[in-house]
Amino acid sequence: MTVVSARKLRLATVWLGGCSGCHMSLLDLDERLMELQTKVDLVYGPLVDAKEFPREVDVTLVEGAVANVDHLELLETIRGHSAILVSLGDCAVTGNVTALRNGGKVSDLLTTIYRAGPGRSPVGPEAVQALPALLPKVLPLHHVVDVDAFIPGCPPDSERIWAALGALLRGEPVALEENQRTFG
Amino acid sequence: MNQQRLQERVRQLREQQSTNPCRVLVCCSSPCLSAGAGAVKSALEAVAAEHSGRVSVEVTATGCLGPCSRGPLVTVRRPGHADAVYERMTPELAGKILAGHLTETPPADNLLPADLPFLARQTRIVLENCGRIDPENLDHYLAADGYAALARALHDFSPEGVCAAVEQSGLRGRGGGGYPTGLKWQLLRKAAGQRKFVVANGDEGDPGAFMDRALMESDPHRIIEGMAIAGYATGAAQGYVYVRGEYPMAARRMHKAIRDAERAGLLGMRILDSPFSFRIDVRLGAGAFVCGEETALMASIMGRRGQPVPRPPYPAEHGLWGEPTVINNVETFGNIPPIIRNGPEQLAAIGTGRSRGTKIFALCGEVIENGLIEVPMGTTLREIVFAIGGGIPGGAAFKAAQTGGPSGGCIAAQHLDASMDYENLQALGSIMGSGGLIIMSEKTCMVDVARFFMDFCMDESCGKCSPCRAGTVQMYRFLDRVSNGSATERGLVHLEELCRLMKETSLCGLGASAPNPVLSTLRYFRDEYLAHIREHRCPAGVCRMTEVPVTLLADELMQRIAAGRLDGEAF
Amino acid sequence: MSVVTLYINDRLVSGRVGQTLLKVARENGIEIPTLCYLEGLEPWGGCRLCMVEVEGQGKLQAACLTEAREGLAVHTDSERLLAWRRMIVELLLAERNHTCAVCVVNGHCELQALAAKLGVDHVRYDYLHPALAMDVSQERFGLDHNRCILCTRCVRTCSEIEGACTWAISGRGITSRVTADLDRPWGKSTTCTDCGKCVQMCPTGALYKKGATVGEMVREKTHLQQVMERRQRSGK
Repeated sequence: MTVVSARKLRLATVWLGGCSGCHMSLLDLDERLMELQTKVDLVYGPLVDAKEFPREVDVTLVEGAVANVDHLELLETIRGHSAILVSLGDCAVTGNVTALRNGGKVSDLLTTIYRAGPGRSPVGPEAVQALPALLPKVLPLHHVVDVDAFIPGCPPDSERIWAALGALLRGEPVALEENQRTFG
Repeated sequence: MNQQRLQERVRQLREQQSTNPCRVLVCCSSPCLSAGAGAVKSALEAVAAEHSGRVSVEVTATGCLGPCSRGPLVTVRRPGHADAVYERMTPELAGKILAGHLTETPPADNLLPADLPFLARQTRIVLENCGRIDPENLDHYLAADGYAALARALHDFSPEGVCAAVEQSGLRGRGGGGYPTGLKWQLLRKAAGQRKFVVANGDEGDPGAFMDRALMESDPHRIIEGMAIAGYATGAAQGYVYVRGEYPMAARRMHKAIRDAERAGLLGMRILDSPFSFRIDVRLGAGAFVCGEETALMASIMGRRGQPVPRPPYPAEHGLWGEPTVINNVETFGNIPPIIRNGPEQLAAIGTGRSRGTKIFALCGEVIENGLIEVPMGTTLREIVFAIGGGIPGGAAFKAAQTGGPSGGCIAAQHLDASMDYENLQALGSIMGSGGLIIMSEKTCMVDVARFFMDFCMDESCGKCSPCRAGTVQMYRFLDRVSNGSATERGLVHLEELCRLMKETSLCGLGASAPNPVLSTLRYFRDEYLAHIREHRCPAGVCRMTEVPVTLLADELMQRIAAGRLDGEAF
Repeated sequence: MSVVTLYINDRLVSGRVGQTLLKVARENGIEIPTLCYLEGLEPWGGCRLCMVEVEGQGKLQAACLTEAREGLAVHTDSERLLAWRRMIVELLLAERNHTCAVCVVNGHCELQALAAKLGVDHVRYDYLHPALAMDVSQERFGLDHNRCILCTRCVRTCSEIEGACTWAISGRGITSRVTADLDRPWGKSTTCTDCGKCVQMCPTGALYKKGATVGEMVREKTHLQQVMERRQRSGK
């Protein structure tokens, strides 16, 4: 987990099956964002306009769990293109709220939420053209690919994110303090 | 009844039996009854009644003779003739055969050869009466030297002397633990307590094991006699036979035997006119495998939830209702009468190393002869499978044998010549266990076997300790994944780590031994696991392999959706 | 009062005869994690987090049940023990639906705190996600099976302290459930005295006070000791 520090660190953030709260926490870094931008290039994520996940990314922070086929495919690309992959927040780390649906069957879920609910939503193979298929179970990232570091919390407060980023920028492994690694 | 009257009664009974011109023994243990032994017995009785004017025929329902896959079995016993054993009897055939014997033209249909290796190669000591006497008839047991050992113990031995004899015989626990029985009894004898208890563990729960059931169904008095001797030797006045709830016939026969023995003065107050009193009660299990574990078994006897408590304290110090208690397997008790009757040398002369005497195995699985066998300790697996068991059906290759059920492991083909004794089986990564012996051929998938046993342990975990309760589920899920094709090698690392966790931290033997089938299949058949995981194929062709690892799930889901097989995964 | 001296983690410590290793360790400031153990209740030995190494004994011992004896050499924090503790916590987190973010005891939970303490920042095992119900039939309290770790503190509190014996475990293995009055809704229980002690002793969010906000769901664990002390003083 060493990162070349001669140049700016290429940082990506990704939003999978989550609420974006972890990204809000990232923005809660406030004035430290100014310091951060002197050290990193934000090359992908909800905060920048990049259509494709770039190659040779140093660190990728992934928020959210793996809930559908698109997440699955994107996560594999991310893993292939990132030196260090960090699970950001409880959904990425445990499945959390996104995984609350795992107690039931996907078909029941869709029936309850969409088909029996108000309004009409696309059903059957036609829908697959437009919307990604849901996985039978929502999974945390490390159940799909290797993950290098974990920042638990819902959302992880900005102190945790800052502590983890600091370590990564120094080329050290992420080792959060006891009070910074609680779930929830 | 006192000793003299007992001896006199035995003499009378023997005389009666030897003058009986024809005795027909119908095996009426669970396997033969399920194959139709009841109707066979009725047919034989009808034929006997037809000839009753001319010759007296005694039709007897006996316990298990052994070759269960050949049942129903009928033995014709006539003075001056060798026993004729007939297999796969139907009512018509049995009638014809008996009529033939009575007219001196015994037919050869379905006659088992007198030197059938399955029977001839055994050493039947504990099973000596099984299939030979009516388990519900005390006289039959008495005529076979029954209760002679108890009489001898009460008359000629001090309690200490009985313990010493048992110690000298080298007998070790037949439930699988292998703790020296004599030593256990000495501990109880020396223990201080207001009351002491003797418990027979008949909660046989291993899949494929039926030794204890057969013994309880076929020779219940032998267990009672062994327990009474134990009571005398240890100073206990109360015994319990804990019978698995799924064995109603064994429980019924134990009940009847206890009642009959009490009526005859062989159990209860002042046994055989001696100062020794000993009562036995039957307790029925309620369907929990963990109640075979001694602390859970005691909880169940006391009417509590069948859950283990940590040892120490051991039952010898703190057992039933806090009093000193000894718990032995029913087979162990079955070994006791011959030790006292014939001397400890007989048992000590059989066997190998520190494993003395014989062991009963329930031979089943992919082997030609299925059934109950008793062989000297140290017999090789090859002898059991190929000589006694007749080999693998269809000429398939032997792959492995599972001993000790879900707590044991498998023995691979390279160890066919291994001696079946406590120490050696442990060295091979399995255990002696209670005697379940499941033979597997090349058509068996070892991952599937491990998965089966883990499913069993998961279902039977009592839930008290977290490593066993939650660990068995995680292990089962991974094994299930290997067999459905969705496992990854990372999971294999977790599996092996979980095995070690459970071995070291589980509260009782169930959790600590639950990883054994996994560890032993991994030890001998790791390549099979890897073929499932890396090559997505089951070498034995057993596993379904219908799933894919999660990283390939995207394509798989899209294909399923395209093929119209979507199970609601997509919009 | 007789004293025993023994080594814990190479430190010479002393305790009273009859005390468990756990008690001696804690009195000497050596922390051994537990979830099912609670001072004042009979030890249960179920969570297996307090397993320690005793020199000369092949098997690990549960500190909450093992008596401290003269001259023992005990190790409570070897790499192996820490690894097993982390795994047990992971197994517990995966067993039911411990979604801390939406749990009423978030921040006051013993399981959550222990995970952080042991460095469990992710769970390697399958989340089982069982579909479990909640029992909200009781007027003042709720029972959420999703958070239960089957430590049986509630069962033991109810039988040993309150004497009501309302709680028991039904089922076995992974299907074990805490159940009131041999499987009745809690609110229909005729034995429950409504005392709420079980709620105070619960290590997780399985038993909670209705209407309490996350911030309010702080347990009063010393409650139990107070009851015990008062009983002792009144000679009962």
